[in-house]
Amino acid sequence: MQTFDLEADGLRALNSTLHAQKEHTNATAWEIINPKGSHALAVGVDAPLDITVRGSTGYYCAGMNKLATIRIKGNAGPGVAENMMSGSVIIDGDASQYAGATGRGGTLVIKGNAASRCGISMKGIDIIVHGNIGHMSAFMAQSGNLVVCGDAGDALGDSLYEARLFVRGSVKSLGADCVEKEMRPEHIEILRDLLARGECDADPSEFRRYGSARNLYNFNVDNASAY
Amino acid sequence: MCGIVGLFLKDRALEPQLGALLTDMLVTMTDRGPDSAGIAIYGGAEAGKWVMTVQSANPDADFATLEADLAAALGAPVKMTAKDTHAVLELDTDKAAGARSAVKSLRPDLRIMSAGESIEIFKEVGLPADVAARFEVSKMSGSHGIGHTRMATESAITTMGAHPFSTGPDQCLVHNGSLSNHNSLRRRLIREGMSFETENDSEVAAAYLSWKMAEGADLGDALEASLDDLDGFYTFVVGTKDGFGVLRDPIACKPAVMAETDQYVAFGSEYRAMVNLPGIETARVWEPEPSTVYFWKH
Repeated sequence: MQTFDLEADGLRALNSTLHAQKEHTNATAWEIINPKGSHALAVGVDAPLDITVRGSTGYYCAGMNKLATIRIKGNAGPGVAENMMSGSVIIDGDASQYAGATGRGGTLVIKGNAASRCGISMKGIDIIVHGNIGHMSAFMAQSGNLVVCGDAGDALGDSLYEARLFVRGSVKSLGADCVEKEMRPEHIEILRDLLARGECDADPSEFRRYGSARNLYNFNVDNASAY
Repeated sequence: MCGIVGLFLKDRALEPQLGALLTDMLVTMTDRGPDSAGIAIYGGAEAGKWVMTVQSANPDADFATLEADLAAALGAPVKMTAKDTHAVLELDTDKAAGARSAVKSLRPDLRIMSAGESIEIFKEVGLPADVAARFEVSKMSGSHGIGHTRMATESAITTMGAHPFSTGPDQCLVHNGSLSNHNSLRRRLIREGMSFETENDSEVAAAYLSWKMAEGADLGDALEASLDDLDGFYTFVVGTKDGFGVLRDPIACKPAVMAETDQYVAFGSEYRAMVNLPGIETARVWEPEPSTVYFWKH
């Protein structure tokens, strides 16, 4: 285990040290101490490292992550795991706004609640939230899966493309073109796998599935006067 | 951007540290807004005493004989403590009604930053660390306080454009965001008898709350009403003589984190602002919900 003291050595040294680790490095286990809500911790990692952040983080932790497993032993600030490519990010506490935004791959696990715009414009990432999510989550989500064990806020899945949304609790309101869909056996299987990866023992049969009604895919001339 | 910090103490043992704790929180938020900074401290009311904080562009000339001049004008004792560009004037509460106009007629160029039983506001153009040092904020004690570091968007970078804004006795507001209906609301509030010192949108929000409270609402009710009447982006932190409130607009894109322990309730635009507070490791930390009024009272 390599320990990096952020307070002593600073952010730039941390990220360049992590970037210097290549695919076959022996130094795979890392611990970051004294994060104290700092921004941009462990962004752009491109190696199969296992990184544990001992505390809460500020903006953009684990952004653009590729291959690494990044664990946050606290809460995460806005934009955690933004544009993640692969690997996984696991947050013990809550996540602030736009967690997992634009993520293209990998798994984001939030064991507390996520604030607004969780999974906005997601493009293939899988997000599993043990608690609730805020308003405008999965806005313009294109692909991937968003699993919510608690409740969802207003305008879930507004202008949704092909992402799958699974919610166990209540949905305050659905966004434009987002509808509830039938939960078929294949969805139960997909969800079972997501829950296992998300370290969550919820029963897949208790969830509802939401997706795109696909009415916004093509311009409807009858709406021309609305613009 | 802009950075906001706030601290509402439940444990009186922390009161001597209020200024130091708030200064540390505010300095941490410097990179959210380096234009100007300000702080409101509620120092604890003393029965029968009224406190006014005034600011001058020429403090040496303006403050030289102000204490004696104001005492003569009011026919009552005044105690003045000058701090850099600001001066704190302490007088008897029964002289409060005439004090504002007396100051204005004695020194027409002085700006009145705050008035009330316990509030003192210090604000200037410059970095939080410099502003706090000029006014020795870290030596101040009190029951609650609010700080702001500004990145100007809606109006000029001036002392009066800095936050907190105070539009009523012992009231203050800081704002991160921008209001879109502040001009029409300002006209409406002027018709209701409110007066304004600046073109700043945040001052309109402060005056709106003052007007609501003058109409009989408590701070919680006034914040609730602002959800209907204020349009735009906002995270507000507001103070009254014994209260502390937080409100975020329905979109809630302006950041906010809160922490609560048995000793205090704290607010920060970011968690980073709170990392040096005592007991933060075990505090309940959460993000305030949109359109939800949070309100504490002593």
